[in-house]
Amino acid sequence: MTTTPADPALESRLQAGFDATIGRHDRIEPRDWMPDAYRRTLIRQIAQHAHSEIIGMQPEGNWIGRAPSLRRKAILLAKVQDEAGHGLYLYSACETLGVSRAELTDMLLSGRQKYSSIFNYPALSYADVGTIGWLVDGAAICNQVPLCRTSYGPYGRAMIRICKEESFHQRQGYELLMTMMRGTDAQRAMVQESVDRFWWPVLMMFGPPDAQSPNSARSMAWGIKRNSNDELRQKFVDMTVPQAEALGVTLPDPGLRWNEERGHYDFGEPDWEEFAAILRGDGPCNAQRMAHRRAAHEDGAWVREAATAFAERVAEDVR
Amino acid sequence: MSADRREWPLYEVFVRGKRGLNHVHVGSLHAPDDAMALRHARDVYTRRNEGVSIWVVRADAIAASSPDEKDPLFAPNGDKVYRHPTFYDIPGDVPHM
Repeated sequence: MTTTPADPALESRLQAGFDATIGRHDRIEPRDWMPDAYRRTLIRQIAQHAHSEIIGMQPEGNWIGRAPSLRRKAILLAKVQDEAGHGLYLYSACETLGVSRAELTDMLLSGRQKYSSIFNYPALSYADVGTIGWLVDGAAICNQVPLCRTSYGPYGRAMIRICKEESFHQRQGYELLMTMMRGTDAQRAMVQESVDRFWWPVLMMFGPPDAQSPNSARSMAWGIKRNSNDELRQKFVDMTVPQAEALGVTLPDPGLRWNEERGHYDFGEPDWEEFAAILRGDGPCNAQRMAHRRAAHEDGAWVREAATAFAERVAEDVR
Repeated sequence: MSADRREWPLYEVFVRGKRGLNHVHVGSLHAPDDAMALRHARDVYTRRNEGVSIWVVRADAIAASSPDEKDPLFAPNGDKVYRHPTFYDIPGDVPHM
């Protein structure tokens, strides 16, 4: 790992090289020199992203044992397994910046690093499995596709793998909801109720409005982010409205209408106080998600220790 | 420090997409030993028929060129245009060249 040297002339030469690479829209690779703030920003963002994939297994994981058919169970199991895989790709990318897996796990478990606010909402019905796939994974795809071109090589490569797999997540969710919408009135009501609950929290997934997102400009200048929060939120709404119409559900926003002049849908403001409360840890499921993650980590300790002990004994036998 | 706090070594994972292709680096993972690294690599990197063969190698066994050596290592090739077939003028009517 390179650190910032004390020699100012050398440092300005290294900084110029870094700036030139970013300026060419070329990628920064792990052993290249990079400013400390760039490294810290990436560690925070990639770690938060990795933690979100791992915590994100919980809301849907609860439904695996209660899936309505073997087909749905196999699909949900594969989806939740993918989330674990995505977390692992991202932890690996983050570790290339010089932080260890144990440190990252500690920072999640001690609450020093966050995960996406959306996973602090409960999944109350099987329709939520569909809505999470359609809207939550749909919003994640909107956020993630531009990150395939992010300036840090390992992060971009992890995002490419993830985006390929997310498409299955979104389509299985939408198909699940379509199936329910062709069912009984009660099933249709269940879908609508689920969409009503998730719509606003999903819009919050893109983060605070640009005016209140102080680090965004710097992340854009560094090529870590490629689009602003508000741009991505608008893009998501524009993509989702026709999908909601095809599905036959209403989105719970009286202000939602096509604006001919802008060429985009106008939409209302999410409740940013609710968002702030969730980030503070006061959402409906924050405590439950963290308790479950801690228990899983502690309950798995003997497996990690046994595998280590076995590897050591085999290595000794060879000697 | 319990055994748990000791990190498993890092492995780099290479996958052959199909017969006839090279193994290509796809990512990395931690595992206590080679056998577990292969199992984890299968679960993490080949859930959708991405490959027909996997290599795992401990990251600390890889020797790599340094970014600082980029110029002395690669620059000497820059002016050797005669290594490329397009350097040579051959009349257009000469067949199969």
